[in-house]
Amino acid sequence: MTGISRSQLVPRAAADDLNLRWRLARDRWLLRLPALATATVLVPLFSVLYYVVIKGFSALDWNLVTRLPGAITQPGGGMANGIVGSLIVTGLAVAAAVPVGVIAGVYLAEYGRGSLGDAIRFAAEVLAGVPSIAIGLFVYNLVVVKMGRFSALAGATALAIIMLPVVARTTEEMLRMVPASVREAGLALGIPPWKVTMRIVLPAARTGILTGAMLGVARIAGETAPLLFTALNNNFWSVALDQPIATLPVQIFTFALTPYRHAQMKAWAGAAILISLILVLNILARLVLGRERGTPQ
Amino acid sequence: MAVHRMRFRITQEGLLRAGTALIALGIPAVLAGMVWELYRASGLARAAFGWRFLLGREWDPVAGEFGALPFVFGTAVSSALAVLIAAPLGVLTGIYLAELAPPRWRRTLSFTVELLAAVPSVVYGLWGMYVFAPWLRRWVQAPLAETLGFIPLFRGPAYGIGMLTGGLILAIMILPTIAAISREVIAAVPVSQREALLALGATPWEVITRVVLPFGRSGIAGGIVLGLGRALGETMAVTMVIGNAPRISASLFSPASTMASVIANEFAEATTEIYVSALMEIGLLLLGVSLLVNILARLLVRRLGVNTR
Repeated sequence: MTGISRSQLVPRAAADDLNLRWRLARDRWLLRLPALATATVLVPLFSVLYYVVIKGFSALDWNLVTRLPGAITQPGGGMANGIVGSLIVTGLAVAAAVPVGVIAGVYLAEYGRGSLGDAIRFAAEVLAGVPSIAIGLFVYNLVVVKMGRFSALAGATALAIIMLPVVARTTEEMLRMVPASVREAGLALGIPPWKVTMRIVLPAARTGILTGAMLGVARIAGETAPLLFTALNNNFWSVALDQPIATLPVQIFTFALTPYRHAQMKAWAGAAILISLILVLNILARLVLGRERGTPQ
Repeated sequence: MAVHRMRFRITQEGLLRAGTALIALGIPAVLAGMVWELYRASGLARAAFGWRFLLGREWDPVAGEFGALPFVFGTAVSSALAVLIAAPLGVLTGIYLAELAPPRWRRTLSFTVELLAAVPSVVYGLWGMYVFAPWLRRWVQAPLAETLGFIPLFRGPAYGIGMLTGGLILAIMILPTIAAISREVIAAVPVSQREALLALGATPWEVITRVVLPFGRSGIAGGIVLGLGRALGETMAVTMVIGNAPRISASLFSPASTMASVIANEFAEATTEIYVSALMEIGLLLLGVSLLVNILARLLVRRLGVNTR
């Protein structure tokens, strides 16, 4: 509606029309509502960012990233094991979800036009909406019960399941955006279709796929609920994959719930690290996608 | 030779197709496996309580009494509250982003609104506990209790932590979903439709309410239902601000508990088999409800070919 000013809309003679004058006056007020709503929506975002920056960065120091938590009643100590643990668990999840997700995306883009493709696509969309806590319960039954203990591996499995539909759908989308002429050029050279897919179309879409993976990482890096009873937590140093492991989000959660101010401040510092990572991933992804996708309306 | 090579190509083609299909089938398999595992793991509770489980108001793990009603109530009320607040705000934001915002700000603004969805739940919880809840208690709950305290909704002591805070945090978290889908749906309304009504002498607001919104209503409804789906399953932020009491109270200030929050809070400490099984049954219930809501949402949005991410 932008670009249509009042004067264009109202023929001079009609300006005297009482009904039209009333409607235009009403318009002037009502058209402010959407802007007001948008401003309201942005207030919580800026408030969250403001407090995370103010409280988080003031508590962020060298100890926080190099020390173990220690006794919760004592000040000092850090979240080093949680940071490393998050890297391990997230890394494992990425290592599992990206290959599987990309292959599933190849199927959806190349062969998924029939009813089976529709069903899988639908399942991926629905899986993306499943509460992450339910995924945690599922992995508890699947991995923790069978292994007999909480473990980094179980946590990574839960995160991989959350990431999988994100990667599959982005890969599909990115493969479909590769121009038909690229594919046809390969086919015209007599290269078999499967090879065109794997060697030409897939590499052509790699930036997009990488972006999808980045968005997937941003999505799982802050996940807490599915880790509560899969990776559990660990107050000590552990990088063993078959043992409970500390992660940054779970540490933020446990520190936030303690009555100790020094622990709460650590939670804010952890949140600052987490939010910085997620913002960077999102902005990077946006920049890449913006270039590839062109301007949305 | 030529025939041989031709055959060779076809098998490789088939191999890629079958191989990728097999992997892709892992996605529905995970979904089915999840329902099956939760169904199996809740067997003990289902056998012990039957349908009474859903209507039981008592949740006393020590006494071995397990009724899910307080949590169903908590999830229903907090999600309803979230949708009531987020739906109008989200749709209006969608209208602004698609129609009214200065064109060169649109992308940045849309991105900023979508960032709300990128903030992790546990960070919202942290902010909710230490910033939002105290603010709410002082500036919203206290005045409400003073002026409208005679209504049961606003009765009782205001702790800051409670159902209202949980619902509001959820509203914040589902706003970007509703706003982003509304924006895409509204942007997809054909220009000819708007121009037709403008040509008849309608004002811009009339174009929005009489053409744009009716044209996009199924997509917008889909976005709202999708937001509802997110609210139902959202765990950490709610767990941290809702107060975690298995209580059914008319007051919005009262501490409550949701299906997701009771699992998050109690599962790691569930000591008896029946306790674990009862929590699994709550998980199954939550999964079932959110599957239904999500399927409904996708069907509503899908018809328009709008990307839901």
